[in-house]
Amino acid sequence: MKYIFALLVFAIGQLLVVTGYLNDYLFSTLTTLCINIILAVSLNLITGFTGQFSLGHAGFMSIGGYVCALISMRIPTVPGFLLGVLTGALAAAFVGFIVGLPTLRLKGDYLAIATLGMAEIIRIIFLNLKITNGAAGLNGIPQFVDWMWLSLFTFSSIILISNFIRSAHGRACVSIREDEIAAESIGIHATKYKVTAFVIGAFFAGIAGGLYASYFYFLRPTLFGFSRSIDILVIVVLGGIGSLSGSVIAAILLALISTYLQAFPELRMVFYAVALVVIMIVRPQGLMGSKELSLDLLKGFGRKRQRGGS
Amino acid sequence: MKEDFYMGQFLQQIFNSISIGSIYALIALGYTMVYGIIRLINFAHASVYMLGAYIGYFAMTYFGLGFVPSILLAMLICMIVGVLIEKIAYKPLRNAARIAVLITAIGVSMFIEYGMMFLVKANVRSYPPMSGFLAKSFSVGAMTITAQQILILAVTIILMVVLQIVVKTTRTGKAMRAVSQDREAAELMGIDVNSTISFTFAIGSALAGAAGVLVGVYYNSINPLMGMLPGLKAFVAAVFGGIGLIPGAVLGGYFIGAVEVFVAGYGNSMYRDAVVFAILILVLILKPAGLLGKSGREKV
Repeated sequence: MKYIFALLVFAIGQLLVVTGYLNDYLFSTLTTLCINIILAVSLNLITGFTGQFSLGHAGFMSIGGYVCALISMRIPTVPGFLLGVLTGALAAAFVGFIVGLPTLRLKGDYLAIATLGMAEIIRIIFLNLKITNGAAGLNGIPQFVDWMWLSLFTFSSIILISNFIRSAHGRACVSIREDEIAAESIGIHATKYKVTAFVIGAFFAGIAGGLYASYFYFLRPTLFGFSRSIDILVIVVLGGIGSLSGSVIAAILLALISTYLQAFPELRMVFYAVALVVIMIVRPQGLMGSKELSLDLLKGFGRKRQRGGS
Repeated sequence: MKEDFYMGQFLQQIFNSISIGSIYALIALGYTMVYGIIRLINFAHASVYMLGAYIGYFAMTYFGLGFVPSILLAMLICMIVGVLIEKIAYKPLRNAARIAVLITAIGVSMFIEYGMMFLVKANVRSYPPMSGFLAKSFSVGAMTITAQQILILAVTIILMVVLQIVVKTTRTGKAMRAVSQDREAAELMGIDVNSTISFTFAIGSALAGAAGVLVGVYYNSINPLMGMLPGLKAFVAAVFGGIGLIPGAVLGGYFIGAVEVFVAGYGNSMYRDAVVFAILILVLILKPAGLLGKSGREKV
């Protein structure tokens, strides 16, 4: 069912691209949207489902972006681009593992501040490395991202992460969110699952970074500062901590809003800020809470009709 | 001769780290007091510091006020803003999950910073040049000490002494310490927890406002996002010393100031901030309670 849905969305998108309804401006908005969806869904796995508050997602994204850029600049072909995205994602996952292993012992706001520090360190390293061209950044990264790759990566990220959450491992992660001590007492290895979720989240953030690098064809360390991590967090929180479909809905909603507020970037951030505070006070669980808007609803509806018909 | 030069340079670095460390210590005090009393990393604190710098700037540039009235005005307005932030954004969430309050704090911080950017635009502004005593500088041996550095140190010492008196001897100070030890028990003893929390925010924000004006005078340039990095570093300072402990924040502030100046002076200035964050992660992993903190056992 979900594969059919994904194919349908892809086909509609492809039709719009081919017929030229989707001009460059709209397509760049769409790309940002898809990248934000991947980022938000992967952060939701860490923060929403496993309950580990991370403020360093932009760091993983930057690793994916830089690695993909460096590889695809040397091998400017489609296989080179795919190799870059994959290597970037693996590099981000590896750093996630190295960083996650010690820091995930920390709880709540301590973890948040440690991941924030980690993202800053990654940014400063990219700022100083020769190969990444310091503050000036990388220019002229070959552009391979089209609607096919974009939708492929976006849908596979969503589907893989949602499958992970429904697996036994995913349920173990959710149990850690609910009560770490209780989860450990029934034999769930908390550290192992926390690190697993962290590494998977970092992997997909790396993919998002690779797509970003390839579509926008330039990278600078300032793109991956604290405010990028906050942008992603806003999507997760708005959509609902622990709801993948919520993240997707919130990403779409915020993409629409920022398109309208294009001319006033400061105002956009002020709006984000007010939205964060108001949501936390009025509806701390986010738009969707931990509920999912699932295609099973359609399926159930279809079944009922069949039964009614027979 | 050469050794004298290196010695002079070393002393100069020490004096520079005291100046910058004082500023970190002033900001860190606000973080640590708020954390001590409501267990919240008050991300908005760094924005209040930025606000203080702008108030000082406007007071000096447009109203022609001197240094002392400007810093007092900045402290007063920051105090009010700090209390308002707590009343509007944090108080409704007193019993909510800590993650919700933390996200709110980030939201408030963004609101102040980007709101300021919307109002005064993003460009860097420079403080008016100081005149009279504040423009002087003194040579002691091989090092140069500016009057502004002395001013920073003097203001910091005065504020810390006042803070110490308030926290140790007044009834409100006693209430602050009681609430930070055990809020419920304090409430049962008849302490007005809400006004104590407001008071803590007031003091912390006033200190941040003072730090903002001092930074403006010292570095001469301010912008709406100036609070982000010093804010994070001051938080690192608070964590390093042991979050929730007032002496810890002061110690941490001077330590981070020294690390920063010495890494920049003898190592690579580009990695200055990275070293500070690496220290943060190390402290969190090795001794999360901080240098002066006692680690408590987790209760099930």
